Amino acid sequence: MDTMIPVDRGGPAQPLLLATGLRKHFPVGGGILGRGRKVVRAVDDLTLSVAKGETLGVVGESGCGKSTVARLLIRLIKPDRGTMVLDGDPVDEPHGITVNELRRQVQMVFQDSYASLNPRLTIGETLAFAPKAHGLPAAEARERVRDLLSKVGLDPNNYAERYPHELSGGQRQRVNIARALALRPRLVILDEAVSALDKSVEAQVLNMLVDLKSELGLTYVFISHDLNVVQYLSDRVLVMYLGKIVELGPVEAIYGNPQHPYTRALLSARPSMDPRKRTKEAPIQGDPPNPIDPPSGCRFRTRCPFAEDVCARAEPALSDTGHQSVACHMSIAGSGHSKAVRGGAAAA
Amino acid sequence: MLLYALRRLIYLVPVAFGVSLLVFGLVHLAPGDPISAIVPPDAPKEVIDKLKEYYGFDKPLPVQYFRWLAVTLTGDFGTSIGTGRSVASEVSSAFGNTIILAIAATTLAFTLAVILGTAAAYAKSRIVDRLVTLISLIGVSVPHFWLAIVLVIIFAVEWGVLPPMGMGPENSTGWRLDRAHLAHMVLPTIALSVIPLGVVTRTVRSTIKETLSMEFVTALQAKGLSDRQILFHVLKNAAPTCLAVMGLQAGNLIGGSILIETVFAWPGTGFLLNSAIFRRDLPILQGTTLVLAGFFMLLNLTVDVIQTMVDPRIKRG
Amino acid sequence: MAIQTPSFELGSPLVQPTAASASRGYWQSVARRLRRDPVTLICAGTLILIVAASLAAPWLGLADPYKTSMIRRLLPLGSPNYLLGTDELGRDMLARLIYGGRLSLFMGVTPVVCALLIGGLLGITAGFLGGRVNMLIMRVMDVFYAFPSVLLAISLSGAMGAGTENTLLSLTLVFIPPVCRVSESVTTQVRGFDFVDAARASGAGTLTIVRVHVLGNVLGPILVYATSLISVAIILAAGLSFLGLGVKPPEPEWGLMLNTLRQAIYVNPVLAALPGVMIFITSICFNLMSDGLRAAMDVKA
Repeated sequence: MDTMIPVDRGGPAQPLLLATGLRKHFPVGGGILGRGRKVVRAVDDLTLSVAKGETLGVVGESGCGKSTVARLLIRLIKPDRGTMVLDGDPVDEPHGITVNELRRQVQMVFQDSYASLNPRLTIGETLAFAPKAHGLPAAEARERVRDLLSKVGLDPNNYAERYPHELSGGQRQRVNIARALALRPRLVILDEAVSALDKSVEAQVLNMLVDLKSELGLTYVFISHDLNVVQYLSDRVLVMYLGKIVELGPVEAIYGNPQHPYTRALLSARPSMDPRKRTKEAPIQGDPPNPIDPPSGCRFRTRCPFAEDVCARAEPALSDTGHQSVACHMSIAGSGHSKAVRGGAAAA
Repeated sequence: MLLYALRRLIYLVPVAFGVSLLVFGLVHLAPGDPISAIVPPDAPKEVIDKLKEYYGFDKPLPVQYFRWLAVTLTGDFGTSIGTGRSVASEVSSAFGNTIILAIAATTLAFTLAVILGTAAAYAKSRIVDRLVTLISLIGVSVPHFWLAIVLVIIFAVEWGVLPPMGMGPENSTGWRLDRAHLAHMVLPTIALSVIPLGVVTRTVRSTIKETLSMEFVTALQAKGLSDRQILFHVLKNAAPTCLAVMGLQAGNLIGGSILIETVFAWPGTGFLLNSAIFRRDLPILQGTTLVLAGFFMLLNLTVDVIQTMVDPRIKRG
Repeated sequence: MAIQTPSFELGSPLVQPTAASASRGYWQSVARRLRRDPVTLICAGTLILIVAASLAAPWLGLADPYKTSMIRRLLPLGSPNYLLGTDELGRDMLARLIYGGRLSLFMGVTPVVCALLIGGLLGITAGFLGGRVNMLIMRVMDVFYAFPSVLLAISLSGAMGAGTENTLLSLTLVFIPPVCRVSESVTTQVRGFDFVDAARASGAGTLTIVRVHVLGNVLGPILVYATSLISVAIILAAGLSFLGLGVKPPEPEWGLMLNTLRQAIYVNPVLAALPGVMIFITSICFNLMSDGLRAAMDVKA
């Protein structure tokens, strides 16, 4: 399988992963005999690209579809609609690569460090599983396991024969990261990978992720609800709300000059160490609406302080404001919103 | 809620269809060609003809099935080979007797089980808890038909205080509320109640113990509620699980009564089924099986709906 | 009644973190816990004794269990040469009780083993594949669930006629649905864990994932459930023989012996109750052993 080590095919300008119009609706319950079925619109027409070598942060409240995006990108769930292109090769299409080839290059680290390790297998067996499934001989797989363990800072002599319940949460998450690296992927999706850890352990694991990235030339999609961690790690940030992208741009632009009211609300809700910067009132009221029946037009309008008639009528498209892309009628010239930017101002 | 019950009822249709297929298939499970399986060699010619017409054995199987289903759905379950009476009337009179026994046994079992289970869960002393655990273990392990024989040996043979068999004096087959009939009920009721007693006691004990360890109980204690008031809350929380197990047990009791009715010669469906098997009276076998399975399905449905009503956590709509 | 298939409380198939110092596999720690449980050990010992005695019966110097005698019928317990007396046809009770263990245990264990193989396969398939396959398999099981298990066993046996094979067949059919249901529910639960997703994400084939990641986590709970069914199966098998639907005379079998000795309850009641004692002991041991096994495997406890 080492001959399969993926090579950079399209050059640096070619996005590593390009997903276009991804959609996933989950059916829930159903009326008598399944009529009148309702769906949860977990991810709705989502388009994103991940450049080679970057870290794309994905933030949003719980339930906004972040995890669904992660599972769609690695095809653990099949999208209802949409296409994916990995370094120029369409995925799961006649002239493209198969889902299995996608998974060899794209791997994932799960949030729950305990549930993502098989309790009946030793750490060594867990790490050797994927390489063996791809035909690596046992001796080489053992060598790979030792290599992986040392990469994530665990002593191979001490840990390979252990069972998951004998490890701490931080150690388990290191094992999960090692497992994601076992097939030598190019893109690693980290789905709330450090969220369950203690703050001190979290910092260690984050630093290790940064080191691994430069050492192995990895690309990350880093999904988290923790804005500080995302800021620390990401090059670009994608903000999601109810299955939709509301804002997308470089980390400096998103954190320094957020355009979408939702992004602004999220950022001002961050606890600050500086007493002078502490917020006095809650920036967003209430809970996100039910994704089974999301609001018409702009999905954020029910909680948005600037909502107007136009927000209920039309869905704002994701449009470029120069530094970042924003899906808000206030950022679209001539949208009909009273606070909309004047014509041409958007490009300025 | 009504909608949920309706949904469950509709869902029952394919299951009932499968059940009818299985019951229909019983005749064809019998060794040899079906007609000789049903008809005793000395049967009079008109009986044979009547049966042949009823079953339509010359037709292909699917046709036979739908003919049988159509006739059965009108309430005509055929004619008993042994007695020549209609299966429907045989089964319905026996079914009433089975239900009487079942009601007595479930009442006894569930009442005792709730008392014992609650006592064991609350017991400060290990002995009470151990004792109740032992009772429930015996309940689930004892061959109840053997227990029935032991009861007969002790109370009828050795002490002579209770009648060993039958439903009432002079081979009574119609139950009446009098001393003699009640005396005949005592032993079968006890024998039939041991298994549900064991299973339900176990469930009540473990459910209440689990509920007692929940934080809301500590909160209630902290609020200064009396033990009696807290017990009310605990029972309310334990009820759905216990009800589900009780419902299942009540249904299984109908099955278990086949053996008990045979030991005590109690003229119910089990006794009828058993004698039908030995007379190779397949119409009775089919009819009884169908009625009991139908009853079991409706019972399960009822339990399910009741459980949804008492348990606010289950929202199935 | 009774003979119901026991309700199944799903213990977590996953080991919760414990402060184990030395590295120890799951089954090793289960075995260690079992060794410290006297009740389970006593029950296992009793069962081994019963099984060994019935298997070794021909070499134990027992009387011929088939030899009848018109003059020595229904001798009481403790008679000279007949330690446990004789039955209604003058056959030695001790020999018949020991020989009877062969058929009684065989009739109880075999259907559960067969049901474990078939029901387990169906349940794991349904649980892992989900969707329509699950729907199809589980709906068929629902049909069998519409019958109380005793009724199903008696009706099937009654239609097919008495005999060992027919009894085994009908009992197997009775136990497939509960095994299938339990297997399906544990498998569905295990499939929901992230480590299965991680295995899928590694591109491994379905069979490999089931073999490495699913079986190890579901077999334990399924086996525990199956041992709890053995006690039910032994009672049910004896019950069928008691009704005359199982083993045919003159074979020694506890349920059948209980039936034929019923005529003796007025003459020698203790003797008449003896075969039931054997059924009771066996069934209680299987139940306690199943409880012990469950406790040993539930690492949370």
